[in-house]
Parts: sequence; C-alpha cells; structure tokens
Amino acid sequence: MVGIVSYGAYVPRYRLGKDTVGWGGPERAVANFDEDSITMAVAAVAGCLDSQKKETIDGLLFATTTSPYAEKQASAIIATAVDLKREISTADFTNTLRGASIAMRSAIDAIKAGSSKKVLVTASDCRMAAPRSDYERTFGDGAAAFLLGDSNVVASIEASYVITDHMMDVWRASGETFVRSWEERFILDEGYQRAMRDAVVGLMKKENLTPKDFSKAVFYAPDARRHADLARRLGFDASQIQDPLFGKQGNTGAAFAPMLLVAALDEAKAGDRILYANYGDGAEAYILKVTEHIEKAPNRGNFRKLLESKKVLPNYEIYARWRDILPVETGRRPAPNPISSAALWREKDQILRLCGVKCKTCETIQYPPQRVCTKCHTKDNFEPYRFADKKGEIFTYSMDYLAATVDIPLVITVVNFQDGGRILCTMTDRELDEVKVGLPVQMSFRKLRTTGGIHNYFWKSVKIRA
Amino acid sequence: MQGIKDRVAIVGMGCTKFGEHWDKDIEDLLVEAAYEAYEDAGLGPKDIQAAWFGTLGSGFTGLPLAHALKLEYIPVTRVENACATGTDAFRNACYAVAAGIYDIALAAGVEKLKDSGIAGLPLYFTGPDSGVEPPTPPPANFALYATRYFQHYGLSYEEGKKILAKIAVKNHHNGTLNPKAHFQREITVEQAVNAPMIAWPLGLYDCCGVSDGGAVAIITRPEIAKSLKQDYILVKGLGVAVGAMQGQLQPDYDFVHFNENVKAAQMAYAEAGIKNPREEIDIAEVHDCFTITELVIYEDLGFSPRGRAREDVEAGTFSLEGDLPVNMDGGLKCFGHPVGASGIRMIYEVYKQLQGKAGPRQIKKAEIGLTHNLGMIKAASFTTSVAIFGQKD
Repeated sequence: MVGIVSYGAYVPRYRLGKDTVGWGGPERAVANFDEDSITMAVAAVAGCLDSQKKETIDGLLFATTTSPYAEKQASAIIATAVDLKREISTADFTNTLRGASIAMRSAIDAIKAGSSKKVLVTASDCRMAAPRSDYERTFGDGAAAFLLGDSNVVASIEASYVITDHMMDVWRASGETFVRSWEERFILDEGYQRAMRDAVVGLMKKENLTPKDFSKAVFYAPDARRHADLARRLGFDASQIQDPLFGKQGNTGAAFAPMLLVAALDEAKAGDRILYANYGDGAEAYILKVTEHIEKAPNRGNFRKLLESKKVLPNYEIYARWRDILPVETGRRPAPNPISSAALWREKDQILRLCGVKCKTCETIQYPPQRVCTKCHTKDNFEPYRFADKKGEIFTYSMDYLAATVDIPLVITVVNFQDGGRILCTMTDRELDEVKVGLPVQMSFRKLRTTGGIHNYFWKSVKIRA
Repeated sequence: MQGIKDRVAIVGMGCTKFGEHWDKDIEDLLVEAAYEAYEDAGLGPKDIQAAWFGTLGSGFTGLPLAHALKLEYIPVTRVENACATGTDAFRNACYAVAAGIYDIALAAGVEKLKDSGIAGLPLYFTGPDSGVEPPTPPPANFALYATRYFQHYGLSYEEGKKILAKIAVKNHHNGTLNPKAHFQREITVEQAVNAPMIAWPLGLYDCCGVSDGGAVAIITRPEIAKSLKQDYILVKGLGVAVGAMQGQLQPDYDFVHFNENVKAAQMAYAEAGIKNPREEIDIAEVHDCFTITELVIYEDLGFSPRGRAREDVEAGTFSLEGDLPVNMDGGLKCFGHPVGASGIRMIYEVYKQLQGKAGPRQIKKAEIGLTHNLGMIKAASFTTSVAIFGQKD
C-alpha cells in the first residue's frame, strides 16, 4: 500500500498584514530576505523527517517554479542539507504550479515498481509579483514535504487522475522576475475551472464516488473567491472544504495545494477519505485514505503553530528591500571575499549538513571540524556530529549596525547546544527585543548571499517557533 | 631559559602624529618616524644593521621599509601578527640583538588605513573561501564580550555602559594632553553612553578610531647604549600568546576574559621578575581597541581582581592621577589604530614616560612600564603581546 509515511510544512515567520503600513492587502506569508525555495524546502523536509530513518530514503524530488538556479539541481542541495545519503536519486520538477503532484506521481510509480522504497517529495515556492499587482496581494511563500513509502503509511494513495492542458494563463519567461497572466475571466473559466472540474469529476466517475464520499476536499485555487466557486460547482459543502488559508498565508504556488494537504492531514482521523487536487498546465486529482498511523505522525499540528507564530512587518518598504524591489545601499564596508567552489566542495558536510566533530578520545563536540582535538590534542580521532537538528541557547551575542547586510543590525550569536558543542553564527528572523542571553534557539538553513551567480547557503540561529 | 631582561636597550624612538594623513603615504610616515628616532639615538641609516617591519597590510615583504629609508642591502623582515604586529616586530628585533647577531637594529610599524574609503579596517587577510563564516569584524567580536561581561557580573545595560563610558572619558582626557593624538577633545559620560550604536552594546565612543600612523624604535645592547645616551630604556620582559580558536571550539570558554592576555602577561612578568603587577607596574599602555577590551585587560593583566575592574574604574585608579595610570597618551581611543604602528606607538609613550619626557602627561613615579596589544582576525581567538620596560639601574 503506497502512501504518505510522514509530512511537514514550513511557513516563514513574517507576514504582510493589516498592520503593515503601505500594504492594504490580505495577510500573506513572506519569506525573509535570506529565504528562498531551497531553504524553505529544507525546513519542511526537516519537519517531515523528524524521527524517520534517513538511510532508508532512496530519493528526493523537489517541485518549484522558483528554483534559485536555471542550471544546477536544487534537490541535490536540499538532499545534502537534510543529511540524506549519497546513494539516492534526486530530481527537480520545475516550471509548473502542478510540480508537486507530478513529483508525487513519479514517487508513487517508483515505489510501486520497486525501484525505490521511500521517496521524499517537497514543494516550495517564493514567487514574485509586480509591486502593487493583484498577485502580490494573493501570493504567499511556503513549503511542504511528504515522505512516500509502502509501509506504515498515515494516508494511502487510493487513486489518481491526470490531464494535461496547454494554455498561456500564468507564466514567467526565463530571466523575468514577475509572474504574468492573461485576462482573468478567460484563464479562470477556460483554464482553472474547466481543468480542475474535469480532473475531479473524472476521478470520481472512475472510482464510482460522489462528493458525499469524501471527508475533506483539498485543492488549489488562485484566490479565495475561485476556491469557493469551484467547491460549489463540484458539489462539496462548506464542512468538507479544507480552509485555503487566504488571508493567512496566501497562494504559495507549487507548495500551495501540498501545504493545504498537510493542514488536512494534521486534522484528519483514521478512515477519512481526502480528495486532493492540484492545478497547473492541466490538473491532477488524488484520493487518499487516512490510516490509524495518523495519530503517531511526527510533528502533528506543527503547521498550525508555524502559521500562528508570526510577525507582521511594520511597513511595505522592508518587504520591498527583502525582495530587492527597492535597492539597498549597504555601508562602506570591505567587499566580501570571492567564493571558492573548491572550498565549498571540500567543506560541504560542515557547511550544508552542519556537521562538526565529536572527539572519540575525550568526547568534546566541536564546530567546525578539526584535525587535532581542541581539548585532548588527539589527532584525527573524530566522528561526525551534526548540529542542524540540535537545540541550544544564546550564550552571548552582539548586534552589528555597520554590517553589509539587509537586516541591520546583523545579530551575531554564540550558541551553546543542549547536548554539547558551540557554534558562532549569525541569527535570523530576529526581533531585536527578543534577542537575549539564554534565548532558546535552533538552526535554520538560509541563503547568505549570492556572488558570481553562486547562492551561498549556510545555517543561522533562529528563535524556536514551534 | 635566560630571558630578555636587561639584554636590550632602546636608544631612539620616533612616532608620527596619528590621524587622517590624506597627504602622506607609508614612505612619509616611515621617514618621519625613523628620522625622529635617528635624531633621538644620535645614529643614522648607515648604523642600522638589520630591521624588522611591522604592517598588517600596508606593504608586503621587507622592501617598503628598505625603500623608504634607503636601507641598503641589509636584512629586513616583515612581521604580521594582527594588532600585535608592531610589538612583535620589536620583539623579533630584540631577540636578534640579544643573541649578539647584530649590535644595532631598527623596528618599524606603519599602517595607512584611510586610503581604503571604508569604515573600520579593510580586509587584508582573506582570500577566496567558502564565504560562510559569520562576519565578525572587531566591533562585533568585542561586543560579544561586553554582552557576556554584563550578563556574567549582573550589570544592567545602563550600568555596564556607564563603566565603559568612564574608560572612554579617561582616555579622551589624556588625548587632549598629546599633540600627536588623532583626537584631542574631552568627552562626557553622557555623550559616550548616548552615542550612535556601532555593535550593540558598543557605541561610537566605545570604539577606537581609524587612523594612519607610523612609529620606529632603535635598539642595541646596554653596553653600547651607555655610549649613546644616559637615559636609555631597558627591555625587562616580552610575552606573546596566540589563541587556537578555543573561544569557538570550547563551550566552557567564558567570554569574560582573554586567556591570551593572561598567558602573555605571565611570560613577560616571569622574565621581568614581576610578582604583583598592580604594585610593581607604574604605568601601562594597553590595547583599548574597545572600552570593554580595556576593562577586561585590567583583570587579565592582574591590575584588578576578576569582576572588580569596575570598582577601580570608579575609583579613578587608571587615570593620570591614579595609582596605576593606563593609556597616558590617550590610547587607541585617541590615536586610532593604524594596526602595524600601534604597538611601537605604545612603546614610544612608555619610553618617554620612563625618561621623564612626557610633558603635561608625565607620571611622577614611572620606573616600570608595560605595553599590551590584543589582535584578532576571527572571532574569539587572539594574538596578544605584552612588553615590560624599565629604567636603567
């Protein structure tokens, strides 16, 4: 029985909302300046993988319309950052809003065919809409992840139905920044509504089911009105509809329907039948059946905690700076070093996996990795020690008001970890009045900067949100 | 171990005014400092048998010093050890003279920071790398110590800032008495406390300035010194201690002291035969790159008991009139910190004080003096130098 073994979602901390000066739109989730589709996917996968055995995972598939790279695989970066083994298959499913369900189909097929046992599917998006456009008001940023397998599933995949359509409804050409679209009445009636109806009705007909047979309907929609329209036309009543979270997180693109599915699973009980439908260059519908394992799903309810642990930006200008819509002049500081690909490769475990070392002689945990132990001076007698999933607290910190960064002041923290070890790192998603000695923190994968087309990723400390 | 005590004498010193020398390059700074030192020693370029050239990044190799001073075909070695650069150049010259390899040697330190057009120190020392290391320029690094010091000793932000401000006020006052200082202006505690933030909790007046400058020392052995002048000054002890990233690697590293300071001081005190530094040292020039650094140095060097330097600050112990005047010339606070030059600039002040030639800043009892530098390139690990000087017996 192939299905979802575990799941997770990530919502950035920040929101544009009613208290944001110069906004005026509904509340929506906003990625921080150092977040992108890769970093949010890493956070979602981390939530999904909590307590799962990583060595049994055969593959990682990443769906997005906003891969930071046009040429360079994002899923390889994500797989490394979440500390998966080297002997796995990875792929990016890009350029379509429907990427997550296409990736899920590939994962299901691979598991059914026996070529894989467990496959991660993650979707993440950070789409840009032109300033002051309708899309800017409805878009949001976020990520979801599912581990698919054929045993101990929390929800089995019972059936699916897919159609592919071509239409210039919503698009963004290579090299462009903002999503474009054609006239709304045409693309919604002939595109979204028709394709979604055909997929859902087609699936129900094939499986001999009616709307009454479903506990929950989870589906993509470009906005709240179209979501309600489609639900009505398909014959679902309000109690069956999964809250689309407009006015809370917004349309998170390729991650949107997957995040709603995570929200549905968080509230589901054994025996529930869930309809899950996604849109983009056609439409795709799935039937899921929730099993008794749902009660033991790791991090259950985490998504809602992340949605609720939020900070509304005080003004639109901050958002504009984060998205580089408004150029920022940083202080007169030394230019950063050129980045060396050789150094990034050599240190990839310490950088992407956040692996330090533990001395096998004296057990001192150290970051970054050393050749000679800082305490007992034994040479080359270490085991790898990963800090990425460890919790700690701020031992000391400073706030650099002259740093060349978007989020002045740059907060530098010395973090002491509960299980031992210490890392000096920058802090992000920080509110200055929260930063204090003793604050509980965890590590979050972030984009430091982009130099020569290299997006440089590393870990920062963040306040524990959920 | 024989140690350096009484084996090397300083016979000539020179120091430029420190400041924004838009019209001078390192050649100008080196020539000015060296010719003051020649005149002081009664020697000339032809007497110099070997030289050590300290600069963080205002020149590579020994060539810039040889070029500026036209030192012809003698050994010149460049020394770089972060903020301890100048003192370490001096220390290496001392060892060569003490070993009897050379009779007369010159140590120079210079830095030209103001050509960079940026705030703070330029990044001289790093090449292509992974780029992931957190940026911890000196203000951000030393602020980590201020935050932890306040926390550790239960000082509120306001209490901590006020103690630090008093150190800045003291050094600024001393700077007003020194025509070679970059800043020669009194400040108040209120000004210091309320100044714009640089790296929380350190504000503008908690940080030293950025300046250009150069300084030179000419050394020889005491028996030769006698023939040159009556008031030569003897080297009594030299210590250098370099950290090994303990601050980042060891979770029990406390961020309320600099162990490098403690170790370097122990070496220098042992050589000089100093048992009780608070009583035996008359004057000190210490590395006040930030006010918190000076506060912690008081404790690291044994001037104040642990956690109680603030009581001595309140009591005025380290002012010109106090029991143990520190940074009589205005310190890094007023001189700024042209990195390679600072150590020798400090030695210049101690040399003048021990000779009784420090003018309005002259300390009455100045027989044993200390200089100290503390440098970093990565957070929480340091290069420290401590040097002790005394009058001839």
